[in-house]
Amino acid sequence: MADEKSSQPEHPTPLRGPREGVPAKPEGKHPGVAADVAALAGGLKTTLSEFFRPVVTTMYPEDKTVRSERYRGRHYLRRYDNGLERCIGCELCAAACPVGCILVIAAENSDENRVSPGERYAKTYEINMLRCIFCGYCEDACPVQAIVLGPEYELSDTSREKFIYTKEKLLEPMPPDVEARLRASAAHPSPLPDGERGTPK
Amino acid sequence: MSLYNDPIGHWVVVTVAIALLLFVVLTATAYTVWFERVALGRIQRRPGPNRVGPFGLLQLAADGIKLAFKESFVPAETDKLLFVIAPTIAVAAAFLSWAVIPIGLWYNVQYWIADVNIGVLLIFAFSSLNVYAIVIGGYASNNKYSLLGGLRSAAQLISYEMALGLSLVPTFMIVGSLRLRDIVEYTVHWGWYNGPIPLILLTPIGFVIYLMAAVAETNRAPFDLPEAEQELIGGFLTEYSGLKFVMFYLAEYINMITVSALAALLFFGGWYLWVIPPVIAFFIKIVLFLFLYIWLRGTFPRLRYDMLMRLGWKVLLPLAIANVIVTGIVLVATQG
Ligand code: SF4
Ligand code: SF4
Repeated sequence: MADEKSSQPEHPTPLRGPREGVPAKPEGKHPGVAADVAALAGGLKTTLSEFFRPVVTTMYPEDKTVRSERYRGRHYLRRYDNGLERCIGCELCAAACPVGCILVIAAENSDENRVSPGERYAKTYEINMLRCIFCGYCEDACPVQAIVLGPEYELSDTSREKFIYTKEKLLEPMPPDVEARLRASAAHPSPLPDGERGTPK
Repeated sequence: MSLYNDPIGHWVVVTVAIALLLFVVLTATAYTVWFERVALGRIQRRPGPNRVGPFGLLQLAADGIKLAFKESFVPAETDKLLFVIAPTIAVAAAFLSWAVIPIGLWYNVQYWIADVNIGVLLIFAFSSLNVYAIVIGGYASNNKYSLLGGLRSAAQLISYEMALGLSLVPTFMIVGSLRLRDIVEYTVHWGWYNGPIPLILLTPIGFVIYLMAAVAETNRAPFDLPEAEQELIGGFLTEYSGLKFVMFYLAEYINMITVSALAALLFFGGWYLWVIPPVIAFFIKIVLFLFLYIWLRGTFPRLRYDMLMRLGWKVLLPLAIANVIVTGIVLVATQG
């Protein structure tokens, strides 16, 4: 900062005079009234021809544009094929989240109440979708690929409370396009260096 | 006619006529806004409003309800009375012009509220009232952007009013009357042809000046400097919201229809168009002019302030004066 200041001129530039800095009139003959009118007519012709061309608007919500196959939208918590939850309550996703919108409260698994294959599971798992920026760091951080982002983006709702996605909501069966998105994302791995990702080597 | 001569019957007729005209002009304004939004949209390859009602025709009702339910906001430390009076003047002046505009209904039937012999002068007087609305609104808003917008507008309207008035003088000289009905019904006897002609054939330069000055008079793009968004936020409109904003908005669109109707009346033979029924012919002409204004708005960028003043004072005004002089000479030469 200090260096920058000293490199500034001693006196601020004085205010410009009335004709200072005004570009000189272009050399040669002025185009003339006829050329000016022709230019205006050219503009009018362009807009009129656009008027008769078909509109290009996508009529959302009836029509939708194509999403990128790696589009990051609403989250899902995955299960193993045997029905156990993948999440082991390690809170790495909450730590990785740049806006801190994930809340994980872990509890111990026991033989009577086995929720996930590991020692612990997530008793509470909440994501505040109003704060989430859909960066996907949680997905990158998770050691067991439990939290994933699906491609749904139409998440509007009627109250702030409804945007706190609870574990029940996140555990809903995944639509098939989530799998497709995961495969597409795997083909283009995250640009983060390996050391910063939660995935163990 | 006997009804007209009876004092009470006269008032009944006039009141009904005013109510009818108010209704027609208001409806027309609403659909002008719709038309503008659709046409501008098409120029930019968008569909424009298309959700509320068929083809979005009820969009204006939806917008009106929304605006009516908005908080009636008045900025702190303003002159509340002036703040409210300004949009009232704007809308009242805009409506008043329609009192003297005749509308051709059928071949020998016309509709007007007041058939005064200085019709055009009155319209100019009413349209000048708009300056007060904008200057008072800008002053009362207690906001420097509003004030600047108001001042600019005053300068712009005063400069263009001269050109606008002078552009029509040749028409009056040829017709010999300021009554709009006389101008429309001006007939010529050219060889085998006997009948009304579009006066643009006689006053083409006047028409060109009128066209440009009218855009400036109605504060529309490319001459919409009073509300230049990039420099002045919303100009004199900055502090207005809700119904008071609606009134300014309404006034702008009524004025747009008024100048379109005037152009049709003064230069294109009003309700005369071959065999087409007068009311339809009049309608077609107004719509074409409205489209022209929208088309200009969709095409040209806003002029810089000094360019606007230069065009008004150095080009349009001398041209209009020359036009008056030349027309006078030609008239004297041909008619003695
Ligand atoms: S996508 Fe990003 S912001 Fe959203 S929960 Fe995951 S880490 Fe947090
Ligand atoms: S990082 Fe994965 S396993 Fe750990 S708490 Fe988050 S979702 Fe569960």
